[in-house]
Amino acid sequence: MSGELAQFLLSGLTVGSIYALVALGFAIIYNASHVINFAQGEFVMIGGMATVWLLAAGLPLALAAVLAVALAALVGLLLARFAVQPARGASVVTLIIITIGAAILLRGLAALVWDKRIHALPAFSGEAPIALAGATLAPQSLWVIGVTALAVAALWGFFNRTLAGKAILAVSHNRLAAQLMGISVQRVLLVSFALSAALGALAGILIAPITFTSWDVGVMLGLKGFAAAILGGMGSGPGAVIGGLLLGLLESLGAGYVSSAYKDAIAFIVMLAVLMLMPGGLLGGRAAERV
Amino acid sequence: MRGLLALAAVVLLAPLALANNYHYEIAILVGLNAIVCVGLNLLIGYAGQISLGHAGFFGIGAYGSAILAARYGWPPLASLAAATAAAALLAWLVGRPILRLRGHYLAMATLGLGIIISIVLTTEDGYTGGPDGMSVPPLAVAGFALAGERAWYWLVGVLLLATVWLALNLIDSPVGRALRALHGSEVAAEVAGIDSARHKLLAFVLSAAIAGLAGALTAHYAGFITPGKATFLHSIELVVMVVFGGLASTFGAVVGAAVLTALPQLLTVFKEYEMVVFGGVMMLTMIFMPKGLVPTLAALAGRRR
Repeated sequence: MSGELAQFLLSGLTVGSIYALVALGFAIIYNASHVINFAQGEFVMIGGMATVWLLAAGLPLALAAVLAVALAALVGLLLARFAVQPARGASVVTLIIITIGAAILLRGLAALVWDKRIHALPAFSGEAPIALAGATLAPQSLWVIGVTALAVAALWGFFNRTLAGKAILAVSHNRLAAQLMGISVQRVLLVSFALSAALGALAGILIAPITFTSWDVGVMLGLKGFAAAILGGMGSGPGAVIGGLLLGLLESLGAGYVSSAYKDAIAFIVMLAVLMLMPGGLLGGRAAERV
Repeated sequence: MRGLLALAAVVLLAPLALANNYHYEIAILVGLNAIVCVGLNLLIGYAGQISLGHAGFFGIGAYGSAILAARYGWPPLASLAAATAAAALLAWLVGRPILRLRGHYLAMATLGLGIIISIVLTTEDGYTGGPDGMSVPPLAVAGFALAGERAWYWLVGVLLLATVWLALNLIDSPVGRALRALHGSEVAAEVAGIDSARHKLLAFVLSAAIAGLAGALTAHYAGFITPGKATFLHSIELVVMVVFGGLASTFGAVVGAAVLTALPQLLTVFKEYEMVVFGGVMMLTMIFMPKGLVPTLAALAGRRR
């Protein structure tokens, strides 16, 4: 394998992991409520920006990161409770506009409370690059890929081994039947928003040392995570992970070999092609177990 | 027709309240946005198909006319017509495969399309000037340049009335009834013999052409265009104007465009809070009056009577 190709693959997997985490967030909320949460990208922003802010306030990195994830989860809860729940049963257009409004509101608040500058987090464990297959790998990339793998494994366990996770799955399969079994659909909605927000914030913290963070970083990351969710098949957990990684690889290879100017367009061209040719996505058509 | 006359009266009498060129400028921007929203309302409000990418068609109109006039020396009227046709042609080409999608999926496809257009406009800086934008020659007919805020005001006013008249007539025609039928239920509409694919495509192409025309006019009026007008955020602003004013209400679209265009201009003191206010208004409107301003007020007035 040539060093150049290996480099593209490694950076594709790194950024693809981030897309996978964001796409999982979309999938969890979509399954629990059939809402597409356009504010998903803002959770990524909150994760990165809150960590930068808490770090500057003198907290150690690990504590700052945990608090940032908790803050995002709280924002997710508030969003579900005060914006999505009151509009239950509203039309698709209404729900789309509510979550886009929430995204704009959160972005505006971030610019007010924090600032409009670009920030970088320090890498978690040094900057010394690791040589691998003729390419160099930043230690932070290992953190991104490793933590994403752990998060995916933890989610799998949550949805398959715990009662709370199974309750969310039940609601996604059949809302009414789940309700008749005594599952609180309201609580499932709240939990799914908090969980998605935490995942998004985690992604934002992991990627901040590599691509930096700022008040408006959520727009592109959110929309690309969304493209990844479509590529994998909306509502499919494994699809979200595969879609995210695949999209990261396509983007990295496309930027390297085709056109770096159009790097940002690749995700949307893929999304449009998937929607036109196979709207179910890679795994959406099959009745696979949905996360 | 009463509504159209009332709107004509507003357009005629508004100059009495417009004290200076800045006021005229706001009025012109309101008019141009209202034209886009009346078109978009045909698609979203009547046909029930969402588009999160109409700023893309607006951008194609604006940049198409600007590039043809500035870089190839076309007379502005010809470039205006060609750019409007280009927006319509693109809508026709992508509309067929995209409009088979529904709900969320249609929203995403139009969103993707809009973003791709905006990335192309930003990247092809040889033609478009990239993120810095480009200057646009003034609108001229047979050598006479249309200059001055007042002249533009009357042009935009007349065009707005023409667009509203067109929309009102379309809605009352068999085509309009077909659009409303397929909004209610596509299956039922098909059973009643309505070619739903053709009608959805018609609403999509018409709204894109109107957005393209308004984009071209905006570019010639401002004399300068940047990719900001073609972004995802501008697409959202357009949809919010339509929904805030009231879906399936042509005058609602006009009112929505007027309120949401004029307010940020008048509240520049609160520049820092603009996004917070805008996002908050979007959420509160949708939660507490999902039908939009004009239909909600009309229902209130009806109840009191």
